[in-house]
Amino acid sequence: MSDLIFDESVILLDVEADTKESVLEIVAKNLVDKGLVKESFIPAILKRESEFATGLPTAGVSVAIPHTDVEHVNQKTISVAVLKQPVDFVIMGDDQETTPVQIIFMLAMNEAHSQLTLLQKLMQIFQDEQTLTTIANETSKTNIKKLLEEKLDLAAYEGGER
Amino acid sequence: MAKKTVLVACGAGIATSTIVNSAIEEMAKEHNIDVNLVQIKIAEVNSYLDTADLLVTTAMTKTEYPFPVINARNFLTGIGIEDTKKQILDELKK
Repeated sequence: MSDLIFDESVILLDVEADTKESVLEIVAKNLVDKGLVKESFIPAILKRESEFATGLPTAGVSVAIPHTDVEHVNQKTISVAVLKQPVDFVIMGDDQETTPVQIIFMLAMNEAHSQLTLLQKLMQIFQDEQTLTTIANETSKTNIKKLLEEKLDLAAYEGGER
Repeated sequence: MAKKTVLVACGAGIATSTIVNSAIEEMAKEHNIDVNLVQIKIAEVNSYLDTADLLVTTAMTKTEYPFPVINARNFLTGIGIEDTKKQILDELKK
């Protein structure tokens, strides 16, 4: 678990896009440019989102957790993108109903079934209206990084938990 | 009651099914129910048509299955999670 990449380079602020497809491309492209995922990650994540939507309405700011198969990933990371204007994503488990998403947590996972603790902590954030609002309004990548490191308990991962 | 086989499925079989799988495991333990949990991709459900008793999924499915299907999105957002848990428990206790 020591190889999770999470720093300012995977945090994007004020992302401007009109459609979920362009949001996904922007966020995924950044991961390709950083070498964290393969080129194939971009089409794979677009395809997966169209088949299995990942929008999640929450008590506060709606989020989406786009992700795809492990073979497109070089290095495990969670990329966070805050959108300038919310973009409609189809709600997970639905085929039409949408939710206006303002924060994207793009999961690039390189092993199946292995990041339970991390994912559980992420879901706790989705149930934490205040944290989501803070992220949506924050203008410093470093502050977002610190907040999420704390909430996701990333220090424990880097220390070799599990 | 017989031990139930519960399929836990999401699109990739990586992220959300992991969360849901663990939540059901915990819930079953709490209620002393012995359950056989199988974490899969939604595309793999067809291989379990004869053996499964229940499908819990975060993915959309329009297919008709010979067992009940419960939507598990609430495990991720926390909204309405108690209702979903009760639905699953009721099925496990059948």
